[in-house]
Amino acid sequence: MLKQRPRVRPTRLAPGVLVAAVLGLVLVVSVSTLLGAANLGAGRVLREVWAQVTGGVSPLSASEAAIVWEVRLPRVVLAGLVGGALAMAGAAFQGVFRNPLADPFLLGAAAGAGMAATIVVVAAPSVTGWVIGPLPLAAFAGAVGGVTLTWLLGRSAGGGTAVLLLAGVAVASFLTAIQTFVQQLNTDTIKQVYSWMLGGLNTAGWREVLITVPYIGLAAVVLCLCGRLLDVLAVGDDEAASLGINPGRVRIAVLLAASLATAAAVAVSGLIGFVGIVVPHVVRLLAGASYRVIVPLSLVGGAMFLIVADHVARTAFAPAELPIGVITAFTGAPFFLLVLRMNRGQLR
Amino acid sequence: MTALALRSVSARYGTRVVASSVSLDVPAGAWVAVIGPNGAGKSSLLKSIVGVVAHDGEILLDGAPVSGLSARERARAVAYAPQTPELPERLTVTDYVLLGRTPHLAPLARERRSDLAVVEQVLDRLDLSGLAGRALRTLSGGERQRAVLARVLAQQAGLLLLDEPTTGLDIGHAQALLDLVDRLRAEEGATVVSTLHDLTLSAQYADRLVLMDGGRVVATGTPAEVLTRETVRRHYAANVEILSTGDGNVVVTPTRG
Repeated sequence: MLKQRPRVRPTRLAPGVLVAAVLGLVLVVSVSTLLGAANLGAGRVLREVWAQVTGGVSPLSASEAAIVWEVRLPRVVLAGLVGGALAMAGAAFQGVFRNPLADPFLLGAAAGAGMAATIVVVAAPSVTGWVIGPLPLAAFAGAVGGVTLTWLLGRSAGGGTAVLLLAGVAVASFLTAIQTFVQQLNTDTIKQVYSWMLGGLNTAGWREVLITVPYIGLAAVVLCLCGRLLDVLAVGDDEAASLGINPGRVRIAVLLAASLATAAAVAVSGLIGFVGIVVPHVVRLLAGASYRVIVPLSLVGGAMFLIVADHVARTAFAPAELPIGVITAFTGAPFFLLVLRMNRGQLR
Repeated sequence: MTALALRSVSARYGTRVVASSVSLDVPAGAWVAVIGPNGAGKSSLLKSIVGVVAHDGEILLDGAPVSGLSARERARAVAYAPQTPELPERLTVTDYVLLGRTPHLAPLARERRSDLAVVEQVLDRLDLSGLAGRALRTLSGGERQRAVLARVLAQQAGLLLLDEPTTGLDIGHAQALLDLVDRLRAEEGATVVSTLHDLTLSAQYADRLVLMDGGRVVATGTPAEVLTRETVRRHYAANVEILSTGDGNVVVTPTRG
C-alpha cells in the first residue's frame, strides 16, 4: 500500500520564502551599491560591474571604480553582516529568556562589549599583528560577561521577565558607568571611543568584513541548528527536561553563539540599537512563532534592514552622515512601545 | 508486570524534603490517582519520577532503574503534563504537539515523516485536527488541555504522569478529558498516574488511590477503602459524606459542620 504523506503542516522555512528573502536581500544590496553620496550614475556603475565580469572597458575612472569596490560594496556587505548578526542574536536571546523584549542591548551584552572595547582603545590603542584583533576579543568577552551577569543577577532576584529586564538595566548602567569613568581618565582617546559608541559603518572596509565573517557565520550555523530546541525551551524548563533535553546546556550554547554574533557586530560597528528587537518581531508576525523560521529569517531580514538604514544614514544629508544608530532608534523606539502594548498581560 | 515501582523514594529541592519514603507499585495498564491536601507532596512526587526534581531511593520503570537511563531514554518511557503547563501563546497546535517527539530525535535533528504521522494520528484521536494550524492562544480552556494531552501522547511513552489534568475545566470538560484518558489507557495499554483534587472523580476513574499528607503516604487501596469520612476529616480537615453508588463507586460530598 502506498504510504500517505502526513497532512499536518508544521511551521517550517518554505523554500519559496527563503528564495524570496534572499532575492530581496540581493535587490537591497544591488540598489544600495548602485546609489550613493557620490553621484556616479547607476547605469555607469552597472556597466562597471559588467566590465569587471567580462573584462571589458569600464566607463568609470580608477578613483570612481574604487568608490564602488572599496568603499560602497564592503560597507553594504558589512551593514548586512552586522544587521543580520544583531537581529539573529536578538531572536536567540528572546528564545533563551522566553521574553519578547530581550535584545542584545537590553541584557547587558552591548554595554559589556562597549566597556571592554573602551578599555582596549585606552590601554592598547595601537596593538597590531594579532591574528584576531584585541578589540573583537575584548568585545566578545565583555558581551558574554554582561549577559552572564544579567542572568545571574536576575536569577538571584527570583527570575521572571520583569526582574530579568530590570537586572539588564542595572548591569548595563553599571558597565556604562565604568566605561564613562575610564573615558574621563583618558580624554586623549575620547573622540575615538565616542565615534565607535555612536555606531557607524563609515570606516568599513574588506578587512572588517573578513574579521566578522567567521564569527557571525559560526554563530549563524549554531543558532539555525538550535531553532527546534529553542521551541522546546518555550514550554518551560520542567517540561523541556521531561522531554529529555538539558535546558541549561541549550541556553549556554545559544547564549555563547548569540553573544559571539553580538560581539562581532559591536566590535566593527559600535552600538546600533533596536535591530535585535524590531526584525525578529516583524518576522514573527509574518512567518510564524517557531524559532526554526524566526532565526534564519531574522538573519536575512536584519541584513536588509541595516543596509537600508545605513543607506539612509549616508545619503539623506550627504555629504554629511547621520549616525546609523539614530535611524534604527527612530524606527525602533516606537516599534518597541508597540511590542510592549501588544504583549500586555504577558510581561509579569 | 509492574510499569512503575517506587522504593523508599524521597523527593527534595536541595536539602528540603517534600515527599518522604514513598513505596508504590503501579501495574501496567492501571490508573493510580495520588490524592491529598494542598502541599502534601503529590506534584513533587510526580516530578521526581519524571526527573525534574531530585530524589533519593529507587525508581524503576518496567523493572529498570531510572538511574541507568539517559534523559532521552527516560523521556521515551515517561510522559509528563504539569499542573499549569506553559503554552507558548503564538505557537500552532501542530508545532506544540510536535515537541512531544523530542525524545525520539537526536538533539539537532529535524523530525522525520514518521514523527509527523504520529502527530497526525494523535491530533485525529483527540479531535484536534480542525485546530491544527491555530495558535495556542486562540484555544478555549478545554481545547488547551486536549492540546497538552496530545503533546504528552505524541511522546508515545508507556507511562503518563498527569498533574491535575482537569485544572480550570468545568465538570463536563473534566469528565470528557478523563473519559478520553481512560479510553486511551484501555486501547493503548498505557499506565496512568495522576494527581486529582476532586475526590469523586478520583474514585470514579482510578483503580487505586494513594493518599498523601505531609509528604508521606498515609493510605493506599481501592477508592472505597481509602475514602472514608474519618480519613477525609483527618487529612483534609473537611466534613464530608461518603455515598455509595450502585455500581460500587463512591461519591464524596461536602457537608456543613
